[in-house]
Amino acid sequence: MGATNVIRTPLLAITLACSHAMAAVLPADRADILYHAFDGGGAEITGPSVLVRKEVADTVSIYGNYYVDMVSSASIDVQATASPYSEERTETSVGIDYLNDKSVFSLSYTNSSEDDYEAQTVSFGISQDFFGDLSTIGLGFSQGNDVVGNNTDDSFSQDTDHRRYNLSLTQILTKSLIASAVFESVIDQGYLNNPYRSVRYQDASAGRGYSYEAELYPSTRNSDALSLRALYYLPYRAALKLEYRHFSDSWGIIADSYEARYTHPFANGWLMEFKYRAYEQSSADFYSDLFDFSEATNFRARDKELSSFGSQTVGLGVSYEFKPGFIPQVNKSTLNLYWDHIQFNYDNFRDVTSDQLAGEEPLYSFDANVIRLYLSVWY
Amino acid sequence: MKRPNVIKLMILTGIFLCTGCTGISPWVKPYERQNLADPIMSFDRDAIASRYMNHVYEAREAARGAEGSVGGGCGCN
Repeated sequence: MGATNVIRTPLLAITLACSHAMAAVLPADRADILYHAFDGGGAEITGPSVLVRKEVADTVSIYGNYYVDMVSSASIDVQATASPYSEERTETSVGIDYLNDKSVFSLSYTNSSEDDYEAQTVSFGISQDFFGDLSTIGLGFSQGNDVVGNNTDDSFSQDTDHRRYNLSLTQILTKSLIASAVFESVIDQGYLNNPYRSVRYQDASAGRGYSYEAELYPSTRNSDALSLRALYYLPYRAALKLEYRHFSDSWGIIADSYEARYTHPFANGWLMEFKYRAYEQSSADFYSDLFDFSEATNFRARDKELSSFGSQTVGLGVSYEFKPGFIPQVNKSTLNLYWDHIQFNYDNFRDVTSDQLAGEEPLYSFDANVIRLYLSVWY
Repeated sequence: MKRPNVIKLMILTGIFLCTGCTGISPWVKPYERQNLADPIMSFDRDAIASRYMNHVYEAREAARGAEGSVGGGCGCN
């Protein structure tokens, strides 16, 4: 089940270009074990993620990631047209980074597997430091090939391909300020629907005044996203991050997101983090909550992710760094707990579980809580 | 339609880099970067955690790309 968003593509080694102000070094040897939980809108998704990275030569670092989503869903879509379900998605990634002078070359492979969806992605990236190591430029490409199935129809099998191109520039501006710009284009081709989703249309012959029929999406989608980030070191040892992203795609969706994050370390190894994020998007050209009649348009969708909506996130995090020697053979270790509360408010997606007349139901909204609890060790 | 945008951006970046390097020298010296070297000065301090949040957003929003961190997508309804 699933595929509300068919991109299962890990981004490239942009992380390398963006994460480290003093780049042209390999990422540190570390291991992380994370428990994640999402609870909201009738869906509960939990699972572990384990990420292990190790330098195997002076210039080569390898990593592996194992990630699981255990889903139990009775969301608004499921309540309207299906039955509650449970499923599991497993994602496995391996990657290698090679450092050559001031360049880092990255290659990775990811496999994502669930009952009715298989995805494989290969990514390649290069980042290069220059201008006295004040600037880092990164280029990346990834190719994803997915096979979409359907749990109610064994003979159903459709292909989807994804390509991503990205370009990033990270710049040290002052002794206390770093900025970064990332541009990314994504091209999707193939079966982009969710095979389980339906649209509803007015139907006087139906008791409730409407009926359902299958969604139908275009077979291509191109999108561009540009993000700008700045990270500032405050004089009393704290950090402020500001971020803006603009997105547009060939389906008529325009989205903007804004994020501010404040990180404040305390004495004795404690650290706190506060975050606020706002997101808004317009709906796809072929989206409607209630079509006038059956097959009213060439393409049609009632996927709430393609509707017009906004969300706001408030996040709080706390991290504790254990004293050296707390875990034998480990240089540094931290225990981290993050909680995010997200509020989704839909502008043209209605709650069909109410008893109102078709098209006059209250607009849908829901809150979600997201937990990340993880242990990190550096060795 | 999309490829020319990428190419234009790459050319502009190239021009910026070439012209930028000729007359200006790096203004933050290596010994002035202790603030920047602080672990709190990382856009994504813990990749495993930021990757998961990108996944949470990407599964529920139409926007994708330019996250600056690895991310996946499960279409969890």
